[in-house]
Amino acid sequence: MNKLRSTITYLVLAIFGLTMIVPFIWMLTTALTTQSEFNKHETIFIPKEEYHVWNHDGQVDRILLVMQKEQTSVIHVLDEKLNIAQEYIEVPSLQVELVRKKPSLHFENFSKAFKKVPFGLYFYNTLYVSFMSLIGVLITSLLAAYAFARMEFKGRDLFFYLFLSMMMVPQPIYMISSYVLLDKLHWLDTYNALIVPWMANIFTIFLFRQHFMGLPQELFDAASIDGCSVFGMLWRIVIPLSKPIIATASIFSLISSWNSFMWPLVMINRPELRVLQVGLSYFNQEASTQTTLLMAASTFSIVPILILFFFAQKQIIASYAKTGLKD
Amino acid sequence: MKTKWKISPYLYLLPALVIVIAFRLIPIVMSFILSFYNWSIQGTGDFIGLTNYIAMFKDKIFWQSMSNTFWLVIIQVPASIVFSLFFAVLLNKIKYLKSLFRIVYFMPFVTSLVAVSIVWKLIFAEQTGLMNTFLGYVGISPQGWLSESRGIFLMMFQDLGIKLNLPQFFHGPSQALFGIIIMTVWKGLGYNTIIYLAGLQNISKVYYEAAEIDGASKNRQFWNITLPLISPTTFYVLIMTTIVSFQTFAQIYLMTDKGGPLNTTKLIVYYIYEKGFDLLEMGYASAIALTLFILILALTIFQRRMEKHVNY
Repeated sequence: MNKLRSTITYLVLAIFGLTMIVPFIWMLTTALTTQSEFNKHETIFIPKEEYHVWNHDGQVDRILLVMQKEQTSVIHVLDEKLNIAQEYIEVPSLQVELVRKKPSLHFENFSKAFKKVPFGLYFYNTLYVSFMSLIGVLITSLLAAYAFARMEFKGRDLFFYLFLSMMMVPQPIYMISSYVLLDKLHWLDTYNALIVPWMANIFTIFLFRQHFMGLPQELFDAASIDGCSVFGMLWRIVIPLSKPIIATASIFSLISSWNSFMWPLVMINRPELRVLQVGLSYFNQEASTQTTLLMAASTFSIVPILILFFFAQKQIIASYAKTGLKD
Repeated sequence: MKTKWKISPYLYLLPALVIVIAFRLIPIVMSFILSFYNWSIQGTGDFIGLTNYIAMFKDKIFWQSMSNTFWLVIIQVPASIVFSLFFAVLLNKIKYLKSLFRIVYFMPFVTSLVAVSIVWKLIFAEQTGLMNTFLGYVGISPQGWLSESRGIFLMMFQDLGIKLNLPQFFHGPSQALFGIIIMTVWKGLGYNTIIYLAGLQNISKVYYEAAEIDGASKNRQFWNITLPLISPTTFYVLIMTTIVSFQTFAQIYLMTDKGGPLNTTKLIVYYIYEKGFDLLEMGYASAIALTLFILILALTIFQRRMEKHVNY
């Protein structure tokens, strides 16, 4: 009975697990299929390829079969780039062969997508914006959290509640006014628009504050006796003891800026400042018929985050799990 | 040592404070002010009082996008909670492959909404998509996942041969919106599952052991122990999922044709975007944004109140 129960559990988890990853598998396999093969919509998951060749005098040419009769067939002969080189040639049917390749993987879709759209540049922009925001977030959050956690000053609670209430406001609410504000600052269409507003993260401040409050007071007392300055304590005691939580916050920050979409979509117009997500969305509009290239680009855009995820999955999942636990 | 601090705490706070004030507080206040102006993208406008709000209440598309958003939230949030609790309970039971399943379930959550939306658009394609291909295997005719504007309740009743003579709102979300809902549940499931899993691991085994001795069935154990003790997590998931679900944007931008068919997938945040950045009526868009803010705020406060009544 117990065995049956656990088998069913595994089965259910596996079936739904499959629905979780099937879209990714499809994304990748479509990215590796040729467009003409994809348009046939015969294959799912294992990219295959079927085409006719004309095998004559030891020479094999790719062809398009126009009409096949018992004795002779009418064909178009294709050149290397699969453009039609010779039209309507009549050849013996015996020389026409069907080639089936399975699997037939077309990695050139990735380079083709790169030729259409400067994804390398978008990649660089995303990295730059993500890391600059990360540096900003770490500096502002460490300082502010240190003040909130280990110092007493007038208005501390007031500032604390100000931050807390600001955290609750969803981004779309202040999107339009931020646009107006950044316009007044002449920051639209600059990196500043993507970086500076995101150089403070209130959630990270609270995360750090929580951790800093748990550090033993004795450490600070001892350091104080040794003549350590206030900033020295942050640098020499707090930060070294907070490496795991700093790593956690960094991962949150990187993932969210890598995936952020609406903000850069609105704030940036110049193509050379586009981040990966925005570049991909424009490609989605322009290349709606080039499905396989679109999938190649999509695959490319999620790979960095997936690599980060697979290497640090334990820490990442544990960190996200902690966000739900209340203190 | 605590007497030493005078100016320095403020210096530590300053960098974060400057950014929070400049790029959160000021825009939020500005958004309130803008909603009383007929502000355009040129950066000027006249004070027009409540005109935007009055126009909003008369705007059919505004109400349509409100009702679309309502259906999205009212279906997506419970579905997400039920599924994620279900998977968390299953994951909590098993011994082997636990981390593999966690990775698999969590993958959609860490990947970008843009890439995922583009893939799902393809999956939902009417003639060629994966979804209809699979449905075809079990004998279901192709569905218009992103193209059918009829409400799902209406369609269900039609299949049963009953004519539904009710206002459009009661026809339910269009099948196109239902497609978006499926995809959105799929995307966020991993996070909620992980949160629930952490919550389940916090429940002391003692309760289950006692129930086991009393001869309570697994079913009763779930309803009488797990569900009540997990309720703080449920409230967290409820509030978070609701807030996130109200903000659904990228899916609509990428998967639909401007909230079509017939505006049935136009959600409120997409409408704000459209009014503000496509039609350049920024004052009007701000009025909608502020209305949304008040709505989310009220809901959050309501859910918090409920939590206090129900908490164990």
